[in-house]
Amino acid sequence: MSALNSPTTTHTPSTNTIELSGLEKAILSDYQKGFPLTPRPFFTLANQLGCTEAEVLTCLQRLQQLGVITRIGPVFNHRRAGASTLAALRAPVEQLQNIAELINAYDEVNHNYLREHDLNLWFVITAPDADHLDAVIRNMETATGLKVRRFPMVRPYHIDLGFRPDFD
Amino acid sequence: MQLILSPPPDQASAQERLRVALQDGIPLSPRPYLTLAQQCGLSEQEVIEVLQTWEQSHLTRRFGVVINHHKIGYTSNAMVVWEVADSEVNRLGAAISRTGLVSLCYQRKPDGPDWPYNLYCMLHGKSREEVLQRMDRLKAQCGLQETPCAVLFSLRQYKQCGGRYAHTKPPVSVKEVL
Repeated sequence: MSALNSPTTTHTPSTNTIELSGLEKAILSDYQKGFPLTPRPFFTLANQLGCTEAEVLTCLQRLQQLGVITRIGPVFNHRRAGASTLAALRAPVEQLQNIAELINAYDEVNHNYLREHDLNLWFVITAPDADHLDAVIRNMETATGLKVRRFPMVRPYHIDLGFRPDFD
Repeated sequence: MQLILSPPPDQASAQERLRVALQDGIPLSPRPYLTLAQQCGLSEQEVIEVLQTWEQSHLTRRFGVVINHHKIGYTSNAMVVWEVADSEVNRLGAAISRTGLVSLCYQRKPDGPDWPYNLYCMLHGKSREEVLQRMDRLKAQCGLQETPCAVLFSLRQYKQCGGRYAHTKPPVSVKEVL
């Protein structure tokens, strides 16, 4: 077991908790789906939330600057929109940073997590088609010298259609 | 790449451009769809209609605010993988989904004797303890106490962004969030 496989002490939650206003909480809770497709969507939001369009925009700009929201946009259904797979590799601890950066450098990678397991680096690869996906994986294996294991989806049972934050 | 109902080629390429323009989300200005339209060679109304069609045809799962869980205190997450009988996987996948305790639940292909797991779910919480409590509730509610599983807590997020289909951007830099 490597040191990375059991350091529970590294799980201390981040101390810089962000204070959110009531309006910000409402936006985060209510607009993860069904965002208005109207010419002035922020005006539509403002009417629903009982504030001004400018207030909504200021709020969203702040949330985006703070990294609380990564974007407002579509979440594609990867199975319909191209080819994707969950993949993992076993990165030696001393090479972890380099390998993680190498994997990150692929535009086709949209998540990359270090996880507590011998098979420690987990990422999702999304490509326009299966051939492109295969090429990316072969390229990663050459670049890292490591076997990239694939865990393709067979069937979804539940896909998060937004996240209900428990603001307390 | 699958687009809707074989639109004429010029419209298809405009949709491709729209998709690329949307990778970082809509602009935070009063007429965001107009701005996108100008970037893609569509009208504002056409952009809105394309987005509606994507939703209706389930090319997209949702359209809205995408949150970084970590930033609002959900710093702990675990991918839990279970080894269940093929004859049970659908029933258990549905049961796990119904608990409301998980954000994702998928059947995936197992991969050899060291990775026999075929059912995956994701648990989020504000602490490791909270995630483990959820795990206990999940096991109790679904009768999974004796089922072989592995719990893979995340230690670090190296990258998280939406799926990218046009590969023109520089790599995202490594960031530590835990």
